[in-house]
Amino acid sequence: MAQDDNGGTEITPAASSAVDHRPGDPGTAVMVQNAPENPGFPPHRPRITDKDPRKERRAERTVYTLFYVSIVGSIWAIAAYIAFPIESGKISDVRVSTLAIGLGMALALLAIGFGAVHWAKALMHDKEGIDLRHPVQGSEETRERSVEIFQQADQESGFGRRTLIRNSLIGALVAFPLPAIVLFRGLGPMNEDPVKLLSHTMWRKGMRLTRDPSGTPIKASDVTIGSVFHVIPEGLNDKEDALNQKAKAAVLLMRLDPKDLHPSPAKKDWAYDGIVAYSKICTHVGCPVALYEQQTHHLLCPCHQSQFDITHEARVIFGPASRPLPQLPIEVDADGYLVAQSDFHEPVGPSFWERH
Amino acid sequence: MRETTHKNARKRKTGRRHPLATVALIAIGLGLTGGAYAAFNATGSSADAATSSSSDVASGKKLFQANCATCHGLEAQGTDEAPSLIGVGAAAVDFQVGTGRMPMAMQGPQAEQKPVQFTQKEIDQLAAYVASLAPGAAIPDERYLDGNGDAAKGAELFRVNCAMCHNVAGAGGALTQGKFAPSLHGVTARHIYEAMITGPQNMPVFNDRNITPEGKRDIITYLQYIQKNPSPGGFELGSLGPVAEGLFIWIFGLGSIVALTVWITAKSN
Amino acid sequence: MTATTATETTAKKQSFTAAASNYIDERTSISAVVKEFGRKIFPDHWSFLLGEIALYSFIVILITGTFLTFFFQASQADVIYHGSWVPLKGIQMSAAMNSTLNISFDIRGGLLVRQMHHWAALLFVASIGLHMLRIFFTGAFRKPRELNWVIGFTLFVLAMAEGFTGYSLPDDLLSGNGLRIISGMVQGIPVIGTWLNFLIFGGEFPGDAIVGRLYTLHILLLPALVVAFIALHLVFVVVHKHTQYAGPGRTQQNVAGYPILPVYAAKAGGFFFIVFGVLALMASLFTINPIWMYGPYDPSPISAGTQPDWYIGFADGMLRLIPPHLETVWLGHTWVWYIIIPIVILVLFLILVAIYPFVEAWVTGDKREHHILDRPRNQATRTAIGAAGVTFYAVMWAAASSDIVATHFKLTMEGVIHALQVTLIVGPILAYFVTKRICIALQKKDRSIALHGYESGRIVKLPGGEFIEVHQPLDEYERWRLVSYDTYQPLMLRPNSRGKITFGNRFRAGMSRWFFEDRLEPVSKGELESGHGHH
Repeated sequence: MAQDDNGGTEITPAASSAVDHRPGDPGTAVMVQNAPENPGFPPHRPRITDKDPRKERRAERTVYTLFYVSIVGSIWAIAAYIAFPIESGKISDVRVSTLAIGLGMALALLAIGFGAVHWAKALMHDKEGIDLRHPVQGSEETRERSVEIFQQADQESGFGRRTLIRNSLIGALVAFPLPAIVLFRGLGPMNEDPVKLLSHTMWRKGMRLTRDPSGTPIKASDVTIGSVFHVIPEGLNDKEDALNQKAKAAVLLMRLDPKDLHPSPAKKDWAYDGIVAYSKICTHVGCPVALYEQQTHHLLCPCHQSQFDITHEARVIFGPASRPLPQLPIEVDADGYLVAQSDFHEPVGPSFWERH
Repeated sequence: MRETTHKNARKRKTGRRHPLATVALIAIGLGLTGGAYAAFNATGSSADAATSSSSDVASGKKLFQANCATCHGLEAQGTDEAPSLIGVGAAAVDFQVGTGRMPMAMQGPQAEQKPVQFTQKEIDQLAAYVASLAPGAAIPDERYLDGNGDAAKGAELFRVNCAMCHNVAGAGGALTQGKFAPSLHGVTARHIYEAMITGPQNMPVFNDRNITPEGKRDIITYLQYIQKNPSPGGFELGSLGPVAEGLFIWIFGLGSIVALTVWITAKSN
Repeated sequence: MTATTATETTAKKQSFTAAASNYIDERTSISAVVKEFGRKIFPDHWSFLLGEIALYSFIVILITGTFLTFFFQASQADVIYHGSWVPLKGIQMSAAMNSTLNISFDIRGGLLVRQMHHWAALLFVASIGLHMLRIFFTGAFRKPRELNWVIGFTLFVLAMAEGFTGYSLPDDLLSGNGLRIISGMVQGIPVIGTWLNFLIFGGEFPGDAIVGRLYTLHILLLPALVVAFIALHLVFVVVHKHTQYAGPGRTQQNVAGYPILPVYAAKAGGFFFIVFGVLALMASLFTINPIWMYGPYDPSPISAGTQPDWYIGFADGMLRLIPPHLETVWLGHTWVWYIIIPIVILVLFLILVAIYPFVEAWVTGDKREHHILDRPRNQATRTAIGAAGVTFYAVMWAAASSDIVATHFKLTMEGVIHALQVTLIVGPILAYFVTKRICIALQKKDRSIALHGYESGRIVKLPGGEFIEVHQPLDEYERWRLVSYDTYQPLMLRPNSRGKITFGNRFRAGMSRWFFEDRLEPVSKGELESGHGHH
């Protein structure tokens, strides 16, 4: 910044030259011959506070009044902190406390702000100044000297000459951060394979379908036409990694008129008397596809609006998703409860590289 | 064994419906069908007819034939325009007519809430008539509507079963093809309960085996709690979440500050 | 300000301020800094304060954020909530969610600070965005400021990262589903996606590590980077000196305005308190991120209207705009196009924004320094490109709220998405041409005003019976604003020294033609003089 010239010189109406002295190739800029001339700074226009001492005194009063108001605001905020307790546990108390403290603080802050700006605008010296600009690059002399320094350093060290030393150093510098990167492998557990984990859920043959969140089992007779059950596997709530399991195993259960279902031959026995169970995890990016329209039999994901048609094995009918929701094959056990026939036959949730 | 008897019971009921009813419902995709399915709701069918006198049924029938029969048929058997109401129960009538959704003004993506067309007495008579046709979901018991349940349990049930359509704060949300889940603000406890047991329009049915009457009471308690207690943080901006917050910061937050920058840099008078 | 102790001990009447200044300077040589910067000139224009909004909201974020760290627990350990919010009493949740609820309801002023922090975060990113638009449309990114544009761009990206990591910390239902979306996206990246996701979450989603990890990023790594880049950004502002708008007396060699001490310091300092005050006001009046409504994260529930904070909206919208069924199995692997395409589009868009100064410099070949800002209309092509970019971004952004648009304007969500899919492609093209035409029309208007003055609306009958409208001529100061600007002509395609026209040259000439084909010649002195002759 040695080349800066921060005189803060006050401008005068005298014209400064409009001629462009900037170095460098103008490229395809049009150089207007006979360009109009810069008329120079306009004459200074005094403010009303410069001309009228009464107005000036008034501005002064406004500024210090604002600063006093700010002090009042701060005191108000402290008083509000003390005066409005929230420990009763009543939510309306929290509202009052938040509002009262906040308004006091806002008043304190805004009054300082408006006061300072008004002071600057109405009372402080009003004449504009100018700084002169210089090219950002260093002066020729400085530049030459710095080149010289680099050359000298190169000679004295032999950085350019002793190529073997230089190149081996570069190699070493490239290699040394690698162990640090390898250490980050530890972010994930060592003895687990994500592909395997993504490919299976906790559903097993004979595992009962239970209500989310209570975990109570569901009888086939409970599921009337038009109703929808949010389902978790039996025993999920007792699992240590319950959320991880739930993120894969959550299921939506609904009953349609069996006439409305159009299963492919392979999946004919996956439903029970019109009751079907589909993974609730969107095949797009994994939001819960929980919106069931009981007349259209469409499932809608509220995150990105993918829509699935339950009557046709949850095929995608709109939105960014690509694959149908995986179906959980179900049957009924001896006590009339709905149970899984097996795990899902494919990985649930969003697609991934190793998935086929 | 119990399962098979249940199946038989269902078959019997299926036979009672108009054979084309289901096809018609799907084809139209509109109107008052949720209640029709409630006919299969074994638990919802309590003896509601007992509370209504036969004169109510008679007046209800007259009202029905004057106001509803054009679409639903003279005997409420359903037509191409609208579904059968046999077996939908009193709750469905009370909800649909009591919220002004029925009679429908015109065919649209879904029946919308309008000013109520009938007095409560007339609605009760209509409900009594429809309930007399076949057992169906009854008007809910007052003890489940008092809002003195467990708000925390209700909130949890609400998040799992309702929030995906109605939004966690009950502000409503979008469904497919221009349909929407309405806002729950200002909806009476009775209508919320009736909606859950009858599944109006595209809303699924939440029978008592899915969410117990106590659970429904908890949900109503939660909804009443968040309506009674204004947000502790201040104005809620429609409870629409980050979209409303983003618009607010751009238009009002940044807008007001930019207006102030103009003042700051403007030359004093 | 004078202290009696100082006066007593020194023979000369030296004030306390002077003594203190002397003491400090003898140990720091601070006087050099004061001499260098004390009277440095800053030009005064409202649009030059947009970056300051960002700076000040960041300071507010640091202050409020520090307060929050004293109470927040970045842990996903299970706890049972026993606080004041009745609808969550007895519910199992993570310690992070529990502590955020306690900050909100059981610490006086806690909710206020939380809301101030979140509003300030939204304002931070929004003001950076607006500041970038100002820089872009006035050409302030040109030499010597290209690198500072890139630094500013980096700050924009860092600010979004800060925002997202913070949004996810309370471990509530809304942000948890946001993380689920991120997890799903990462998982879809070819080759490394599955493992990357596994490492980020420390195993399966959601795991119990992510909140702690995001916390480290949010309060340690990212703020350190933001502070460092802000420092660098401001150093460059000092080195380059601030740009200024064209105006009488202003040249490429000077900068006119008010000195730092006292006027600019008072205004800027005052402005900090105004920004802080507005944020405090918003925080006391308007709810933001009511996590008590959302409840704790659970992979099964979801709320209608699940959206990210506004600055992530464009990415979420891009995900929504992808048509169905874009996934293929090829070479034994799954290619998740509905993830790959949005990521590629977003990254390309951001890269284009970052490198735009270099592209424009290459096309114009202009190697001079530029300290006078362009009026957007005078650089029609750049302004049109900017408008196209803004349209593209806005469409993606709007798509992120497609469901809310549908319900509030009584449309179908399918219709909204289809319309936005078309607009994403057609909109920017349309915006480009319309903006360009508007700019050129405005240039013509400026030119005619510069030459003939304003239409006064006064009709005068000449002695010959002819009616004319009297034009009010401009004074020379007003006129200078209209006529002092650069324009460029397209690059001529010429063979190089070996007599060949390379593909690179041809491409560059084509780009240059595209940029500068439609243009008006700047007004010359001769024209001005003859222009006056008309009336």
